[in-house]
Amino acid sequence: MIINQKVSDLIELNFTGVVIVSEEPQNEFIQIQSEKWLDVAKYIKTDSELKFDSCQCITGVDLGEDKDFEVRYNFHSMKLKHKIEIRIAIERKKPSVSSIEQVWRGADWLEREVYDMYGIRFKGHRDLRRMLLPEDWKGWPLRKDYKTPNIYNGMKVPKVRKGWD
Amino acid sequence: MGFLENRFEDNIITAKVDQLLSWARSTSAWYFQFGLACCAIEMMATAASRHDLERIGMMPRSSPRQADVMIVAGTVTLKMASRVKLLYDQMADPKYVISMGSCANSGGPYSRQGYHVLKGVDQIIPVDVYIPGCPPRPESLIEGLLKLQEKIRHERPLTKNK
Repeated sequence: MIINQKVSDLIELNFTGVVIVSEEPQNEFIQIQSEKWLDVAKYIKTDSELKFDSCQCITGVDLGEDKDFEVRYNFHSMKLKHKIEIRIAIERKKPSVSSIEQVWRGADWLEREVYDMYGIRFKGHRDLRRMLLPEDWKGWPLRKDYKTPNIYNGMKVPKVRKGWD
Repeated sequence: MGFLENRFEDNIITAKVDQLLSWARSTSAWYFQFGLACCAIEMMATAASRHDLERIGMMPRSSPRQADVMIVAGTVTLKMASRVKLLYDQMADPKYVISMGSCANSGGPYSRQGYHVLKGVDQIIPVDVYIPGCPPRPESLIEGLLKLQEKIRHERPLTKNK
């Protein structure tokens, strides 16, 4: 894909050392570092050659128990009709990344959902609460090391009920 | 009724009060209009004109205070479970519960893997009739409701329990 190469070159030109080049062919996505993410986000939204005006999806990924988390963003440009995926690796011990909620307003609830499921904290998000789960929920259910509780608020949630199998 | 035949004026029916009460309850079991997931669509279809629940005396009420039957139609998530319990507690006696569909019966597709679904609504409230299916067709729901009516009809609310 030409647009991926173009975007990654443009980002690299403006923010040196931000794009992480791996051995895998980066045809599908661009992997970047988490430190300057907010600036990069503002740049790819406003730059006249890129103009990614729509944040379509934000997903969290748990790569395994000893590995990092990843946040994946899908952007689309309605003006220039191109799209990219951006991936940011996040440390497992202290998972946090800059919020882009004030760059694309649609990212607000998407980030809250990722926070809800993975416990990744989005720095600068103005209303970072759980999105789907109840507020008194403990733990982050889509993490690989999550243990399903047997009891919640006095209600039993057995894995196998009596009489099954 | 050979003994009573032709002995009264017009429009007189004789029955035990006990039977009359349970008959009246069974034929006007108004259900609580609330749905949790896709089963609610089937419940709506059952209530609509083609299957028409009102012909067996059931009509939807929007308040738990006026309802007799709670049809738990859909997946009971843990977040919703405490609300379902609250709504059940708000209903006036006598009250009945129908568990509709696999999710409300046992957790359904979420019974093994899900972290967020109650494994059957009978964990929090007593259930009178279980209806299998995912979701059950309107015919199944009507069958379950008729079973419930049968159950209510055989109750004797005034008789002392022995």
